[in-house]
Amino acid sequence: MERVPVLKIGDILLVSIQVDMSDQTAVQLQEDLAERIVATGCHGVIIDITALDIVDSFVGRMLSTIASISKVLDAETVVVGMRPAVAITLVELGLSLNGIRTALNVERGMELIAATRDDDYGYDDLDEPGDQSTDTR
Amino acid sequence: MTAGVDLGDPQAQAIRSDEDVVRVRQLVRTVAVAVRLSLVDQTKLVTAASELARNTLVYGGGGSAEVSTVDNGRRRGVRIVFADDGPGIADLDLALTDGYTTGGGLGLGLSGARRLVDEFDIDTGPGRGTRITVTKWSR
Repeated sequence: MERVPVLKIGDILLVSIQVDMSDQTAVQLQEDLAERIVATGCHGVIIDITALDIVDSFVGRMLSTIASISKVLDAETVVVGMRPAVAITLVELGLSLNGIRTALNVERGMELIAATRDDDYGYDDLDEPGDQSTDTR
Repeated sequence: MTAGVDLGDPQAQAIRSDEDVVRVRQLVRTVAVAVRLSLVDQTKLVTAASELARNTLVYGGGGSAEVSTVDNGRRRGVRIVFADDGPGIADLDLALTDGYTTGGGLGLGLSGARRLVDEFDIDTGPGRGTRITVTKWSR
């Protein structure tokens, strides 16, 4: 069975699927990613599907499951690089890719993850009411 | 019903494992490219083939896919026959309903595959296996 490599880049795990995955390979990737998220403490996962000719219901479900698992493990998942023909086919197939965030390419995916983290843990959260106890005069 | 004349020898692929489902996809793509389906139509046909090959494996207990090119005088196309000797489908209308599944999947395989091809023919019944014929024509 082939295995899809998971690369760590800074605070992000990058998965670039370059093979025509068997169902077993897809399930293995799901497990590998969950373990790597916990082991690295990364807060973002980017799955690059530029090389995928098709996304069928099995792979579609795998992408949704990965997004759900990573959310539970405090990481955001963004799927990037979907080909136009794949998008058209997915919609006709009836697959909605629930809970999956998408971006056009890896760079935009990284921006999206960074922006999401800023929203969640940005400066606004730092000066909550009650934090103004210090007098800086 | 299905029309058209077969061109050349059909190519058969046994479906006994996960890897065979991948091989069916690759075979279908090769033939779809040879018949010059558009990229979107290739993608739709290969996706449909992937769903049906997986069904043959998971529900039919394995079987085969036979891929051939067809010509109806005006257009060329790709025809695939998926056959298994599994338990067959008891309630076809239900099986073709979006979201219905007995296998823990999304229930989109059969109904979704039907939407992605031009012709879809199914011959099944309890105890006599399942035979699904799909055709996609060039535009």
